Amino acid sequence: MNKTVNQKAWFFVIPVFVLVAFNAIIPLMTVVNYAFQETFGNNVFMWEGTRWFKQIMLSERFHASLGRQFLFTFIILFIQIPLGIAIALTMPKEGIGVPVCLVLMSMPLLIPWNVVGAMWNIFALPDIGFLGHSLNALGFDYNFTQQIGDAWFTTILMDVWHWTSLVVLLSYAGLRSIQPAYYQAAEIDGASRWAVFTKIELPKMKKVLTIAILLRFMDSFMIYTEPFVLTGGGPGNATAFLSIDLVKMALGQFDLGPAAAMSLIYFFIVLLVCWVFYTLMMRNEEKS
Amino acid sequence: MAKVTLKDLSHSYLKTQSSDADWAIRGVDIDWNDGGAYALLGPSGCGKTTLLNIISGLITPTKGDILFDDKVVSGLNPVERNIAQIFQFPVIYDTMTVYDNLAFPLRNRKIPEEEIKAKVYEIAEMLELSSTLNNRASGLTADGKQKISLGRGLVRSDVNAIMFDEPLTVIDPHLKWILRSKLKELHQKINRTMIYVTHDQTEALTFADQVVVMHEGQIVQTGTPVDLFEKPKHTFVGYFIGSPGMNVLPCQIKGNDVIVNGKKIETHQQIKKNNFSKTEVGVRPEFISFSNEGIPVKVLSVSNTGRHKIVDTESETGKIKMIAKSNEDIPSGSAFLKFKKEYTFTYGDSWIIE
Repeated sequence: MNKTVNQKAWFFVIPVFVLVAFNAIIPLMTVVNYAFQETFGNNVFMWEGTRWFKQIMLSERFHASLGRQFLFTFIILFIQIPLGIAIALTMPKEGIGVPVCLVLMSMPLLIPWNVVGAMWNIFALPDIGFLGHSLNALGFDYNFTQQIGDAWFTTILMDVWHWTSLVVLLSYAGLRSIQPAYYQAAEIDGASRWAVFTKIELPKMKKVLTIAILLRFMDSFMIYTEPFVLTGGGPGNATAFLSIDLVKMALGQFDLGPAAAMSLIYFFIVLLVCWVFYTLMMRNEEKS
Repeated sequence: MAKVTLKDLSHSYLKTQSSDADWAIRGVDIDWNDGGAYALLGPSGCGKTTLLNIISGLITPTKGDILFDDKVVSGLNPVERNIAQIFQFPVIYDTMTVYDNLAFPLRNRKIPEEEIKAKVYEIAEMLELSSTLNNRASGLTADGKQKISLGRGLVRSDVNAIMFDEPLTVIDPHLKWILRSKLKELHQKINRTMIYVTHDQTEALTFADQVVVMHEGQIVQTGTPVDLFEKPKHTFVGYFIGSPGMNVLPCQIKGNDVIVNGKKIETHQQIKKNNFSKTEVGVRPEFISFSNEGIPVKVLSVSNTGRHKIVDTESETGKIKMIAKSNEDIPSGSAFLKFKKEYTFTYGDSWIIE
């Protein structure tokens, strides 16, 4: 087949290009601008080269918040993905239970981030919060504002409450798209429940699970509002994840250069992880 | 291998049933002999897939019994019934190789690995899958995948029956023919009871020794392809099988005489009783010829198929199609039609009058 060559068609791309330029490229270039220069205000800039990048890459503070960030993301992925699949498997497949479950599952997803943070903050307060008070009444020494372990526990619990539904809904959609004949064939082949799960359900859910993992990775890696409202990054810096640390640096200390460099490094980490993950999943797909 | 018997079987997907229409199948009584090749033929929605799923144990019938070799199996699950089923579209386990797919039913039954290997190689050979055994099953074409589904049914040497639920729906037309001959060949080789559900009369008539025709949840006729063609027991069988189907014309019965369009015609049967609310005469286009006297008609159109001509005519009480030889002269305008007596039947309330 011969393709028609028509370079004029590029003009149609202009509107999109202009829009993307305004909402992505120009703001990003501002950050790039700050990342390579030093400024004392009044629009006076001095060239600093890669100094801020070196400083961030060698900074222990950055290493610590990056470490916390990865730990947090892995923990919530490790809990939310299996839990989400498990809930999706137990959800009803027909009848009135379906809409009821779907609405209940969607509820946490519809609540604004800072409301979630505020809700959990009050919920977990050791003296008056239902969760905090109950735990203490049961004999646990629980105080998320002062104890590191409790702060992590509460933050993770909050994220699991807020976002497991997303995994549930995606998994449920994946499960519902499996033709009944697969289950019937498995029944006739004498497959165990476990074999049905590993040989039919998981492979058929692969695509939606890839999306679920990617979305949950990105969202949790960039999490800001909820832990900020809940713990403010504390106690100390115990729950200061990358975004929280970044905002502290940029707006709290007004270190615009290092903060800009950190933003770019942050951005590239997210990009890199997503790219590697997606490529691996897709390569697997091609093989089959 | 087993004889499959259905006794007064009815099934409804509703909790309560008020009319006949609420039943997906009703009052089915049938014997499928051991080692027979059967086709279950009927239009979409006539209950044939329901019937198949009841035999395999995927659906529990509302009423009636299923017997394998005269033992009631109604309460058993598909594994205990030991049947194989091939579905409309290929069902394969994507992540497994062709070999693992074929071995899967045997592994689930904890059969020793050497035995599995021998069996899988044997079946792969039979289905011409040997060269692809180590490939991922998901990479195969639709007909290859359907062969795997079939193979999973064949590896178990003790299955009681193999059921096919319109297995060629997603297969390309030219491969359909090959796979169909393959099935026929397999049946002769392994000699197991096979039940083949389809809405395609060609598939049914070429595959089966015995064709079971279903209509609105009931079995209307069981017989060889020739029986169904030459002596349809129900007007539905008449026009569902054959191309074009049987002509069905309203008639009056006066004493022993059958009257169509005011003319007395001769039919195969002796009419002894007449207590029907609707009486009809059925005759296939193949058994009608032009004559000097008989049913007066107007010739409407002629289409030449190459092998023969299909003539559309109109009588006082409805259209009549007839088949003429391709070299035959077709009268234009008005003509008379004569029905061959041995192949002309009278139907009372759609059922043949015996």
